[in-house]
Amino acid sequence: MPVLEVKNLSFSYGKSQKAVKNVSFAVEKGEFVAIIGHNGSGKSTLAKLLNGLLKPTSGEVVVDGFSSNDAGAVFEIRKRVGMVFQNPDNQLIASIVEDDIAFGPENLGVPREEIGRRIDDALKAVGMKEFRKATPERLSGGQKQRIAIAGVLALKPQVLVLDESTAMLDPQGRKEIAAVVENLLKSGVSVIAITHYMDEAVKADKVLVLDRGVVALSGTPKEVFANKAALDALGLEQPLAGIIADGLRERGVNIPENIITEEELLGALWK
Amino acid sequence: MKDVSFGSYFPADSFVHKMDARAKILIAIAYMVAVFLVSAFHFLGFAACLSFVILTTAVSRVPFFRVLKSVRTIIFFVVFSAILQLFFNSKGTVVFWVITDVGLLNAAFIIARIMLIVLGASLLTLTTSPVELADGIEGLLYPLKWIKFPVHEFALIMSIALRFIPTLIDETDRIIKAQKARGADFESGNIFKRAKALIPVLIPLLISSFRRADELADAMDSRCYAGSKNRTKYKKMRLSFRDLMGVLAVAGLIVGIVFLNKFYAINTLAQIAGAL
Repeated sequence: MPVLEVKNLSFSYGKSQKAVKNVSFAVEKGEFVAIIGHNGSGKSTLAKLLNGLLKPTSGEVVVDGFSSNDAGAVFEIRKRVGMVFQNPDNQLIASIVEDDIAFGPENLGVPREEIGRRIDDALKAVGMKEFRKATPERLSGGQKQRIAIAGVLALKPQVLVLDESTAMLDPQGRKEIAAVVENLLKSGVSVIAITHYMDEAVKADKVLVLDRGVVALSGTPKEVFANKAALDALGLEQPLAGIIADGLRERGVNIPENIITEEELLGALWK
Repeated sequence: MKDVSFGSYFPADSFVHKMDARAKILIAIAYMVAVFLVSAFHFLGFAACLSFVILTTAVSRVPFFRVLKSVRTIIFFVVFSAILQLFFNSKGTVVFWVITDVGLLNAAFIIARIMLIVLGASLLTLTTSPVELADGIEGLLYPLKWIKFPVHEFALIMSIALRFIPTLIDETDRIIKAQKARGADFESGNIFKRAKALIPVLIPLLISSFRRADELADAMDSRCYAGSKNRTKYKKMRLSFRDLMGVLAVAGLIVGIVFLNKFYAINTLAQIAGAL
């Protein structure tokens, strides 16, 4: 049974055009789903629908048996679907790391001793154990974002939604977040990453391409990125490894089609 | 701009840092009362307050310059108040031009009083994290729940405001630079012109603050925030012997000042000279 299921989900802001139109997909336990699309494709609206920040106009999101249409279930859904946003500065509510991470469990009414343990676990999961008493102001972007993730992990979610959480980070910060995501997937947390970066999307188990609120393409990264013409029409780039492979092929290097990850590219070149 | 020391926490592991925030707030208030209790020209009383600050700073392991920096931000206000005292005081005997000895004493008195209060307040914020501070205020306001005062919400608003001060200062810096790059002039013209030049800084700042507030609200909602109902607290506040010592110290200060007020009256320059 999927952890999170999106069924015929539609949403419109007021009376304007629908921002999300009839989207359906499912996320399994420990699965990594990437959602890509250009600006205004409805990615962020979709993210906000996933944990009840927005109420669907029609259709529903079902998380662990709780439906988004059941008004009483919204906290059950938020407990299970954690959300990390783009700007770490606008997500941290406390001036000390441990206090910030405690915020979520405090809201749930978790007993004190248990909160302490959850802070430990969450900081360990993002590799920032020694920063428990630090001030977020003095941390780097990547570190701040890891604290924001830890703050969500303290709620023990089954699904983590990263809404362009790497968009404001430098390459180093992006690497840090990628490592955290890898660990979370290993521990059985599902991750939905909404991203601009194709190199993040190629690591996913499943990629959804959104265009004007509709799922234009979906499938494994291989399947999706094989549709070069369609992606081009949507204004989306190929992953860097693919661009390099294509360029090399054009110049007569014998390299297979359909390369999307760095590892594949290296493998093909080393042959 | 970035060095606003007032309200920024200096993390350390000291006697003062470990004190209960509620006790520290009460002690800070008592200290300010002590500063105000010093009646006119009892500079010895101020010396007592100053030694209290110095002692607390030493025990808190906050570098002295950090504490002193807090005065810098209000220096204009201090100088302005002092000048008012200097020039608009007709009592006493003239020392120089329109300046009288009472005016001089008043100016010195005002300077000392404001500085001592700011030093005390910034010691509180340097040694108490904003969260602790908000928790402390929440703890002290707790009885107001009886009259349905939203204590938790109030405390949360405060701690968020404190958390965003450095962020907004950074942002202001950035906007000023961006506007300068576009040819904005903040340095020339009279005071009205300069105030008007700040509008292109304030408006983007305001808009971005609203955007931040919006995002913060989403982040808080995502973390299951639902007001104070059924909420637990991770940090538990406990009074300890440290707090007792702090209370005793500030009580000693107040008693000392009352005593000085009574027995060592100094009212004129001549008397100060005599005392020296």
